[in-house]
Amino acid sequence: MHDTTLFDFTLSLADDALVLGHRLSEWSGKAPTLEEDIALSNLGLDLIGQARLFYNYAGEIESKGRSEDDLAYFRDAAGFRNLLIVELETGDFANTMARQFLYAAFVHPYFEALSRSKDARLAEIAAKAVKEMAYHVRHTAEWIIRLGDGTEESRRRMIAALDEVWGFTGEMFAVGAGEQQLVAQGIAPDRGAVLGRWNATVDRVLAEATLERPRERGMQMGGREGRHTEHLDHMLAEMQVLARQHPGAVW
Amino acid sequence: MVTDAATGSADADDLVDRVRAIVGGVPDPEIPVITLADLGVLRDVTRRGDSLVVLLTPTYTGCPATAAIQMAVEAALLDAGIDNARVETVLSPAWTTDDITADGREKLRVYGIAPPEHAESTHLFGEQHVTCPRCRSRATVQISEFGSTACKALWRCKACREPFDYFKCHR
Repeated sequence: MHDTTLFDFTLSLADDALVLGHRLSEWSGKAPTLEEDIALSNLGLDLIGQARLFYNYAGEIESKGRSEDDLAYFRDAAGFRNLLIVELETGDFANTMARQFLYAAFVHPYFEALSRSKDARLAEIAAKAVKEMAYHVRHTAEWIIRLGDGTEESRRRMIAALDEVWGFTGEMFAVGAGEQQLVAQGIAPDRGAVLGRWNATVDRVLAEATLERPRERGMQMGGREGRHTEHLDHMLAEMQVLARQHPGAVW
Repeated sequence: MVTDAATGSADADDLVDRVRAIVGGVPDPEIPVITLADLGVLRDVTRRGDSLVVLLTPTYTGCPATAAIQMAVEAALLDAGIDNARVETVLSPAWTTDDITADGREKLRVYGIAPPEHAESTHLFGEQHVTCPRCRSRATVQISEFGSTACKALWRCKACREPFDYFKCHR
């Protein structure tokens, strides 16, 4: 019998990375500038690379022979454990940057803490990923500032984007019962302990961008229990179609 | 007096050294002027039973060159007639640009890629200074945070006016 709490936790980390990585890949070939096209594809690659490491480990924990591809391509939306924030539609460039910044500003210090996990495998994956996420924070912060403190139109769009994504940020700090056990064992980091650093990064960048924090409201939750927005179904339909129509295909 | 067992082990060490030299000499698929040894991704070569295990570490987790590197290593070993070696990936300790050798850094510079300069990495608004690989001027400016591969950024020299790739500091 495998350790289901550790499996669920590792799977949720993998799903967060894969779903957001796929969202970023939607910009490949159509970003506003060539440099940004390359940047977004590179950020997406980082996340997909991290997802593969987490999926491989999840498969080993489960020990039912499921590979990274089985986990990525042969589960339906209800089986995904990702945060809702990563599955939201890509939207416009401001939406993409707002979501990526708010998420990266959380996951960067979170992976820093995870790199000290008592689970050696999670710790080594996080130690690699944390370096990559540092770039995500810096790159997206520059765009929050450029668009927020930019033209009337870019500012209007960035305010709207931050407002739209804001209601999904609370879920990043929510901890379920299973994960709580892992926190007690020193395997999963305490999400609450990261909140201070997230707030500090967000406030600093918003101040530089001459923007206000969006108004507080009830936070959307459910991703960790498999209750998703309709956007995830649509995304998975596209992401999984090839693997499902040609199971076992290799190239 | 050398015993049979000791002789066997000396031969084995020779083979491990040979494999290390072959793998270390494989060029990086993205930046062929440097080798895997220069890049610092060859962590170890060990014996495990009758086979040899080559331990490689990835640079960036999503780097598409990782799979290409593994295939290149396997091909180089087969070419040398070594068919009992296999490649394994190790993550820890995580690769950093400090693992690039001094020789590797100079090869990058001569090729026109500015080698990584140790400064910031995670600072939000940290100032960064990069030396032009051609004229060595420090009057350079970043054009794009991301370049032709995950590990590079695009810069321009204000002295000689040439654009150049910068191998980003990753640590």
